[in-house]
Amino acid sequence: MNRDELLKEMYDSTLVGNAPAVLELTRAGLDMGLDPETLLFDALIPSLEEVGARFERGDFFVPEMLIAGRAMAGALDLLRPLLAETGVEPVGKFVMGTVKGDVHDIGKNLVNIMLEGAGFHVIDLGVQVAPERFVEAVREHQPDIVGFSAFLTTTMPMFKANINALQKAGLRDQVIVMVGGAPVTQEYADAVGADGYASDASAAVKLAKDLLMRKRARVLA
Amino acid sequence: MHTILRSASREVVIGHDQPFCIIGERINPTGRKIFQEQLRANDLSRIHVDVAQQLAGGAMVLDVNMGVPLADEVALMVEAVTLIQSISDVPLCIDSSVIEALEAGLSTYQGKALVNSVTAEDDRMEAILPLVKRFGAAIIALPNDEFEIPLEPERRVELTRKIIDVATNNYGIAMEDILIDPLAMPIGADTSLVVRTLDTIRMIHDEFGLNMTLGASNVSFGMPDRETIVSSFLPMAMRSGLTSAIMDARGAQLVRAMKATDLLLNRDEWGASWIASHRARQAAESA
Repeated sequence: MNRDELLKEMYDSTLVGNAPAVLELTRAGLDMGLDPETLLFDALIPSLEEVGARFERGDFFVPEMLIAGRAMAGALDLLRPLLAETGVEPVGKFVMGTVKGDVHDIGKNLVNIMLEGAGFHVIDLGVQVAPERFVEAVREHQPDIVGFSAFLTTTMPMFKANINALQKAGLRDQVIVMVGGAPVTQEYADAVGADGYASDASAAVKLAKDLLMRKRARVLA
Repeated sequence: MHTILRSASREVVIGHDQPFCIIGERINPTGRKIFQEQLRANDLSRIHVDVAQQLAGGAMVLDVNMGVPLADEVALMVEAVTLIQSISDVPLCIDSSVIEALEAGLSTYQGKALVNSVTAEDDRMEAILPLVKRFGAAIIALPNDEFEIPLEPERRVELTRKIIDVATNNYGIAMEDILIDPLAMPIGADTSLVVRTLDTIRMIHDEFGLNMTLGASNVSFGMPDRETIVSSFLPMAMRSGLTSAIMDARGAQLVRAMKATDLLLNRDEWGASWIASHRARQAAESA
């Protein structure tokens, strides 16, 4: 297998969520002398992007998204320390949690898997995350993005409480705020002063990358 | 055990020896952008269409949820309940996570409503159960607490027991007025989730004999051909002890699967309803 064949094979195996094959190909690629960066950016990430595109078109379904994300995560476990050695940063750092008063996590976990699949380093705070814990985590991990998830109309107001807490701690300007969950709408996200809202896991990943790019462009400008 | 719901003029009985109770889920703006905008502009006209479609599909009770972000849910609930009771005579299920909206809906409603819902969280029970008692309503109870949505059926049964204890002992609510929601979760996220729901239904049925309802379409979230999945899930759930579901009554395949299951489970004497609905379809087709 030459370089291009291997990358193609890796892309295809990730697309169908064949975790053992992806892991094996990752090892084979490294043995062949390929950069971890090449494996990540020329096979794994494009494959997950295609998974997201197919999901949005209605050609792929949630379980397929999950197994592709997991296949990618397996390869990333192997690549992450190597990437760190060579000084390659993750695409971005994402702190995620379900807001205080809410214990729903299926949707949030889906988003996490897709974010990791896209190369983000995700720090999941779990459910029932109080504003002060979000503040603490933002201070400690210095993420690019913090994500709030809520499944109930009664817990959505915690978005605002969290944003206020970040403001009070002087951290609001350092971090992009994304919100989501079944009852959440774009209008609601705008009203509470979030930077972004997405209606599903695939759209969330796209938006996260987009917001991050804009933020970095601003910093450079 | 019979749970009796009433409108001003009609009674619906939910029970293990009764036809499966279809609670129409469609009067709910979640995920419906146009309906949300209409409700925010105080335009309730869409409700006429939704009510007509749910009733035509076979809904026996209508769930009413007015949870629109950035709108006055309390006022909308009052208007919706008033409107629906003026155009239909089925009992309603007042659905909100906002206590004030539940209270406003219940005080407007004429008859004996179903309330959707309470959890095993202490503060939710303290706020909602007195309302249920005061208005003589029945309540849907979800076995999750402030720490988790348990996956293990045994833990869900434990939380069910907690809710029953509090509702009956502290608030004097009758056992038959408690419907348990055994928590239907999406099969697309984890293929072991629905078996856990079915086990929970069986255990709650055997231990408490209570009526149960759930959001049927949850099980098929994220999957193709959702109606077939739900149509296959409900007969199993019914055999395990589920007596009602909150579902979209526009799904003809789904509703027919329910009716056939009623027949097969000996809840349709001499198959009279099954035959009658067959004739009605024939008549509609030849008309």
